[in-house]
Amino acid sequence: MLEQPMTNAVLSVSNLVTSFRTGGGWKSVVDGVSFDIGPKETVAVVGESGSGKSVTALSIMQLNAPGLSRVDGSVKLEGRELLTLSNADMRRIRGNEIAMIFQEPMTSLNPVLSIGFQIAEALVLHRRLSHAAAEAETIRLLEKVRIPAAKSRFHEYPHRFSGGMRQRVMIAMALACKPKLLIADEPTTALDVTIQAQILQLIKELQEEGEMSVLFITHDMGVVAEIADRTVVMYKGKAIETGATEDIFKNPAQPYTRSLLSAVPKLGSMRGETRPMRFPIFDRTTGEPDETVETPDTVKGAERPVLEVAGLTKRFEISSGLFSSVKSRIHAVENVSFDVRSGETLALVGESGCGKSTTGRAIMRLIEPSSGSVQLDGVDLLKLSANDLLERRKRMQMIFQDPFASLNPRMKIGTAIAEPLIINGVANRSEARDKVADLLLRVGLSADMANRFPHEFSGGQRQRICIARALALEPRLIVADEAVSALDVSVKAQVVNLMLELQARMGLAYLFISHDMAVIERVSHRVAVMYLGEIVEIGPRAAIFQNPQHPYTKRLLAAVPIADPARRLQKRSVPNEEVRSPVRSADYIPPVRQYREVSPGHAVMVWDAEWEKMGTSGQSV
Amino acid sequence: MIKYLITRILSVIPVVGVVTAVVFGLTYLSPGDPAAVLAGDYASPAQIEAIRDRLQLDAPVFSRYLVWLGNTLQGDLGMSLFSGQPVLSLILARAEPTITLAIAATLVALIVAVPLGLLAAQRPGTIADRAVLLFCVGGMSIPAFLIGYLLIFTFGVRLGWLPVQGFAGIDKGIPEVARHVLLPAIMLGFAQTALIGRVTRASAIEVLNQDFVRVARAKGLGETAIVVRHCLRLVAVPLVTVVGTSFASMLGGVVITETVFAIPGIGRLLVEAIQRIDIPVIQGVLLVSAVVYVVINLLVDLTYLVIDPRIKYT
Repeated sequence: MLEQPMTNAVLSVSNLVTSFRTGGGWKSVVDGVSFDIGPKETVAVVGESGSGKSVTALSIMQLNAPGLSRVDGSVKLEGRELLTLSNADMRRIRGNEIAMIFQEPMTSLNPVLSIGFQIAEALVLHRRLSHAAAEAETIRLLEKVRIPAAKSRFHEYPHRFSGGMRQRVMIAMALACKPKLLIADEPTTALDVTIQAQILQLIKELQEEGEMSVLFITHDMGVVAEIADRTVVMYKGKAIETGATEDIFKNPAQPYTRSLLSAVPKLGSMRGETRPMRFPIFDRTTGEPDETVETPDTVKGAERPVLEVAGLTKRFEISSGLFSSVKSRIHAVENVSFDVRSGETLALVGESGCGKSTTGRAIMRLIEPSSGSVQLDGVDLLKLSANDLLERRKRMQMIFQDPFASLNPRMKIGTAIAEPLIINGVANRSEARDKVADLLLRVGLSADMANRFPHEFSGGQRQRICIARALALEPRLIVADEAVSALDVSVKAQVVNLMLELQARMGLAYLFISHDMAVIERVSHRVAVMYLGEIVEIGPRAAIFQNPQHPYTKRLLAAVPIADPARRLQKRSVPNEEVRSPVRSADYIPPVRQYREVSPGHAVMVWDAEWEKMGTSGQSV
Repeated sequence: MIKYLITRILSVIPVVGVVTAVVFGLTYLSPGDPAAVLAGDYASPAQIEAIRDRLQLDAPVFSRYLVWLGNTLQGDLGMSLFSGQPVLSLILARAEPTITLAIAATLVALIVAVPLGLLAAQRPGTIADRAVLLFCVGGMSIPAFLIGYLLIFTFGVRLGWLPVQGFAGIDKGIPEVARHVLLPAIMLGFAQTALIGRVTRASAIEVLNQDFVRVARAKGLGETAIVVRHCLRLVAVPLVTVVGTSFASMLGGVVITETVFAIPGIGRLLVEAIQRIDIPVIQGVLLVSAVVYVVINLLVDLTYLVIDPRIKYT
């Protein structure tokens, strides 16, 4: 799989082996990886979690924990070997000739130093600029990464910036010394899709301007297709396939690459389908898909809906001052209405801060809604006393995004799954044990795993455990809050398939909260798009995806990266806009919204002129 | 912010109220008769009775407390039963040694503990780290008076470098103050050193594991710049809490250190007052300590505003 070595490579990695000290011995995490990056070239290293892609990046920078790690092989920057450099010499390379941006913009900036200081620091260090010159240059950089009012924001602290803006600051910091190589380690993974599109576009533009090479670490094939000239596929610490991105997408040589590519949820793959569909599961050794099984029609259209939400509103008050008067309110959820039938999946989609999770929690009454009604099987949950609510809650359960954080690390998973049965007095201990065994089998685990602790499982298995726990009380409704968002693509496919199977078998109603349009297209019967606490469009899945009406729905769909390298060279105009905040002044009266019926069941909020002005930008031009 | 300040300052009142009420109750319950102590060993019962009468010691404890409280609110802490001098001037006369000692001990502790803690945090699990931890555990477990006598024996008696007793006021010049205060400051600072070292180490390890430290390394910064510029301010947040609390408690009098080194500070004043059942003095010292404690804690909380821009009080 090795290509011809490049003669003019900016970065040349050959036979890189990184080992970590574990217990007594050394365990190699990166095992003989080689690749070159040419001038102005973008190379993506792609793989699932644990494939060693981030460790590869950190090894190039020599940022792995000293003493606990060992790097062998060769890393050459323009022909100069980096692995043998002294610490002091390596420090002159870092941030100067090779810069790096990381995944978590929220934690990557020092909270007690102003962003201006943090950018200027590199300039003072490497380019020996005076403080005044560094400040001027920093403001120029902030403008370059398109931070509005850059000059006035120099002295501000990171907590005043949104995630997307912080990632821009990180990029400005990385580009400060005009590096030859930028290493971007999952720079957009933590961001919303529309912000992700902006950041990818920005990196592309700055790369062209600065004649810089980019090493892009990601797990997202859509992002790879969008940005990379060449791609390195990593699996279990080895680079199993290297080549031009087009070739890899068109003719993947390795079965694993084939399975990885096929597992990527593709927007638009459901055209013509009426029901949700299982993801095909690809064998990693052969790259062949398993048999597709038709999903049965699960929706009980004739019955009364399991969940009827009407006029649900949740406002959080922000008060301050001597008499704690209300200064402003967060209109987190504003007059939201929908229903979900037995056996139906309603997807709630939107970007961070749009109120989708708050809606889920308000329905469960985990937070107390301000007004509205939530009827579960015809009983209004918001009017129930605490005791009656406990009784009713058995019928609805929740699955969260982070399966590890939602399992008690010191509780055996069997105990965790049995807990709802026992505290609700549904089963005694021995009955519960049998039930746990049954539930574990049902979610595709084995009964003898009940005695293990959460850390002994993988992320996908943990989410299965959380699903088993949610199923223990045989609920009618499951609120899945970003339940598959943190999982690798192949695992994501398996968990989604499991949820579909369980729906078919148990007639479950799902409220599927997610930001991932491609997964939503696969699993849902109906979709509701939320923006600033309100539903802007709701309708059958096909109608929302094939005939979106609201400008926001269109923008959301246009921002999803498409796993098709042919689109890479197209310039997209991406609006440089933040996800707006639902904080309103205390005297704000929400306007009465009108909805227009596009087709039966497909309703769209009538939008105002402001939206027209912004247009549906984000589409290819 | 103003509302916050007002609330915090007003919160002194209940704290002081509870502290003084409890102390008043305890001195009432404790054995011994102040009148008898005051009158001396050879006084007749009639003399003792006269003293008791003069000091109104027979009045119910509750009404005595109210009288004391009323006077206090007017700025009058009463007279010492023993010496007859105003309590406030007694306390002020003893304040200088205690304040000097508290500041010196805190400085000693900070100068030793912060670098040690940072050093250990940079190399967790190494021999250096273990040595620092051992030192910290030792500092907390070895009784302070033992260290005091070891210091006196070594530097005072054997080497004869430093005075082993007494205190020099600021009017004698700073070198003289330093000579007198160094040994007690080391003794007093020793336990603080242990505590501050541990807190610094734990907090610095946490900060050094943050993402932004990795970013700083990726920027090409050296370890010293990372610790000084990127870590120290965040480490300071828990540190200020610990240092502030221990400083405040030292200002309330450091009984053992003042006794070992025969320093006429507030701690000794309190001990003497307790021995003589001199209730107004005991009350006065505790009242001042409580107020100082609350004020210093308020200052600590205000320091957070300077250290961490994310913190806002409303």
